[in-house]
Amino acid sequence: MQAIVLENLEKTYKNIKALDSINLEVNQGELFAYLGPNGAGKTTTIRILTGLTRPGSGRCFINGFDIKKNTGEARRQYGLVPQAVNLDQELTVAENLMIHGLLFRMKFREIRARTREVLGYVGLEDYIKAPAKTLSGGMKRRLMIARALMHSPGVLFLDEPTAGLDPGIRRRIWTLIKKIQARGTTVFLTTHYIEEAEFLADRVAFLDKGRIVALDTPENFMSAVGAWAIDRFTDDRMQTLYFRDREQARAFNIENFTHYTLRRVNLEDAFLSLTGRKPGPEEH
Amino acid sequence: MMIHGISAVYMREILILSKRLTRQIPSWSISPLLYLVAFGYAAGHASPVAGHTYMQFLIPGLIAMTSMTQAFAIASEINITRFYWHIFEEFQAAPVSDFAYVAGEVLAGMTRAFLAVIVIMILGILFGVHEHYNCVFVAAVLLNSFVFASLAVGLAMLVKSHADQAMLNSFVITPMAFLGGTFFPVDRLPEWAGRILSLLPLTHASTAIRAACFGNNVPVVSWLVLGAAGSVFFVISVFCVEKAKD
Repeated sequence: MQAIVLENLEKTYKNIKALDSINLEVNQGELFAYLGPNGAGKTTTIRILTGLTRPGSGRCFINGFDIKKNTGEARRQYGLVPQAVNLDQELTVAENLMIHGLLFRMKFREIRARTREVLGYVGLEDYIKAPAKTLSGGMKRRLMIARALMHSPGVLFLDEPTAGLDPGIRRRIWTLIKKIQARGTTVFLTTHYIEEAEFLADRVAFLDKGRIVALDTPENFMSAVGAWAIDRFTDDRMQTLYFRDREQARAFNIENFTHYTLRRVNLEDAFLSLTGRKPGPEEH
Repeated sequence: MMIHGISAVYMREILILSKRLTRQIPSWSISPLLYLVAFGYAAGHASPVAGHTYMQFLIPGLIAMTSMTQAFAIASEINITRFYWHIFEEFQAAPVSDFAYVAGEVLAGMTRAFLAVIVIMILGILFGVHEHYNCVFVAAVLLNSFVFASLAVGLAMLVKSHADQAMLNSFVITPMAFLGGTFFPVDRLPEWAGRILSLLPLTHASTAIRAACFGNNVPVVSWLVLGAAGSVFFVISVFCVEKAKD
């Protein structure tokens, strides 16, 4: 059984198609990245899957449960870490987790035991009595992850989990996400940080203007472009050229360029070659 | 199974309220205190109403008004969770039915209203005013807060911003607070105005709470109007929760 299945999912907002015939299957235990620029439809997909937004048409299943027909069961299958910090700032760390546990029908004894477990897991065990408002940005993200794990879901949705965090904290969250996957949890991650998807994901779907334009492993995406790249800088623009090995790239460069950067191909190159645009925030 | 959802939503609101209680009690005291001084002592000392002192008449009116405003204040709390803290999403993503969510919030609004009413009862006693605070009184206060907490949850789901919420307070709650038989008997108004005001739930709440405080029987029509209004608002609120999704 697939962890997540989307069949012809569509969503329209005031004549604008946010999602256009999305078909997708995510395997059990997989770390799946949903990559695309802002406004591509990443958050809309997660919001539909987690019951925050009504789907237009199409069907969605989580661990085999139809989110429309078996809403309650489907909701028990996943944990959600939304893009915006949505902790109860006035409540303590433990109280935030307790309310989540009660919402998911956990007993008080179970909540107490699980609170210690998940806080230890995300490295916040010393902050159990601290009000959420006193935590740093990175700690709040980790608390949100702990909260989403409270009811031991099989699927974890992470919507831009490291947005706005500094690189050190981002790395720490990445390690935590890998650890969660290693325990068998399916992770569905949206991000516009290309290196995040490259570091974490087993498979990546590139989303652009509400459509999945490509779906494969990061390795396959990158090898389709080449192995090495040269960014060549001229007065008014940067041009990138791709090569199958380093020797070919160096030889080409020496003969032709003076200002350049030689580097390995990354997932951003794959996205650029597919869409002609970078996966980060769109410029308007 | 629904009880889990109701208790989770209710417990969250009560936990937050308990953390604010030391600030909340003075804020619940200040308005009734001012009304008691301004209308009770300064303006109404020498004018008995229906065989009771004006202070005896005023306290049940203040109780009706406060149970309405404090129950309705749950709307602002919900809006903060929706628009500012985004905590409403935590409820939407949980296996909690819309009915359980509304019931939890309405119970929280009623609790908040009842605590504020206790503050007025204490103030009344400090002012030397003695009323009949019996079971009928408690039922009337709870029913009034049920009506306005249910209305609050529904409207909180429909508004699009804090500004909309403030507008509702100005156009719905404030006029009702002053005209719903709180500060003066509705029968002192022209007949046509009295008929219009008799349609307001707060007018019936004032009548019911005042009758209970004076040790009289509460008119059946007041129980019926409050019960019907509360039930209708509650059912509408349950539908509005689904509408609050994109």
